[in-house]
Amino acid sequence: MGLAEDVRAGDRLALARLLSWLEEGDPRGEGVLTELYPQTGLGHRVGVTGPPGSGKSTLVNQAVRWCRQHGSERVAVVAVDPSSPFSGGAILGDRIRMRDLSGDPGVFIRSMASRGELGGLARRTAVFVEALIAGGYERIFIETVGAGQAEVDIARMADTTVVVEAPGMGDEIQAIKAGILEIADILVVNKADLPGAQAAVQALHYSLGLAKRPAGAWSPPILTTIAETGEGVEALMEAVNRHQDYLLSSGEGESRELARASSRLEAELRHTLTETFQRNLADGRFEAAVQAVFERRMTPAQAAADLIGERAEA
Amino acid sequence: MYNPLEALPDASTMAKKLRVLIAKPGLDGHDRGAKVIARSLRDAGMEVIYTGLRQTPEMIADAALQEDVDAIGLSILSGAHMALVPRLLEQLRGQGQAHVAVLVGGIIPDDDIPRLKELGVAAVFGPGANTEAIIRAFQEAVTASPKAV
Repeated sequence: MGLAEDVRAGDRLALARLLSWLEEGDPRGEGVLTELYPQTGLGHRVGVTGPPGSGKSTLVNQAVRWCRQHGSERVAVVAVDPSSPFSGGAILGDRIRMRDLSGDPGVFIRSMASRGELGGLARRTAVFVEALIAGGYERIFIETVGAGQAEVDIARMADTTVVVEAPGMGDEIQAIKAGILEIADILVVNKADLPGAQAAVQALHYSLGLAKRPAGAWSPPILTTIAETGEGVEALMEAVNRHQDYLLSSGEGESRELARASSRLEAELRHTLTETFQRNLADGRFEAAVQAVFERRMTPAQAAADLIGERAEA
Repeated sequence: MYNPLEALPDASTMAKKLRVLIAKPGLDGHDRGAKVIARSLRDAGMEVIYTGLRQTPEMIADAALQEDVDAIGLSILSGAHMALVPRLLEQLRGQGQAHVAVLVGGIIPDDDIPRLKELGVAAVFGPGANTEAIIRAFQEAVTASPKAV
């Protein structure tokens, strides 16, 4: 029996191995995913993002518990943490806050290091989620730190994006500047028992009020939670389910799926082109071009055109 | 040596990175040592999954399976190593994860070290162990026991 069948049959060891292959760029991973791809359209992808320390992991822990208590047979988490730019290593600590979920055979948690590349991270995340869906996981939580461009890219991979803030973590300007509000389907002010929670809710209301929205479109609710105790998690998950229903009834789910297909293909093209190009480049050519740019003999654009032109002639 | 090609997008995804799980089984609540080791391994370029305190061997084996790690580092200060380690090794073998290298650090009496190694533990480190030696031990243990692919 091949790995694809094992994954489809719910074999967790096979699934874990497939994820490693996909992460390492092992061609066998791509082969297995090709077999599984027709089964990857079903799951509900929930992105959870927000600044470090806002309580995302604790909130995901509670959300997954809620799903398990309310009829979800299989729930998965992909938890992304940053890699060290110096050593390339990473400490992936989201499991500390997800202790309640360990030992539950219906829950699969995979930690992932960002490994420093923007486009590549979104691509790897998307592929991970596809593998998990093929493994029978009906709801996938994708947890990412921060509020930068990488997170916006990853949010595009989600059906429902939850943005988590906490009191005192930044003023309203921060929220607008980050552009994170545009991608939020649900906003959460976590640690609502701390002073400043109401002010944070107010600031989000104000920022959201400025955003233009077509009539009949989803209006992102602003919720408060205390992830530590589980307070507000029920309301949050009801909002997540409501958004899932909205995606279905409004047809927006389909247009998001289409946008996802487009950005997946684009990322794949970029990845494949770069990789093929690198492989076919003669030894030392890249270094020589770097040197030319370094010595200001060529602009980066000229050097790139030069490298590509040489390939075309060959 | 610095290789500019690695700066190209996605070059780094191709590199095989060591994935290591650092866990604290049992009931003692001192995780300073575990955190120091986690940081040292990260600084050596490994991806370290840290699971926190009070993990049962079953929880550790299950996390190791989901994360598909190459090695597990256990920090045990409670003296319960002769109970906890065999249970973890048994779990790993039962799950088809016999290849995962297990290393133990903490307060381990000298007499127990050969017994742990006999059970299949790759290396044992006591207080004050040299971090370079620990990093090397992880690298060697993984090389000695590669994943069955």
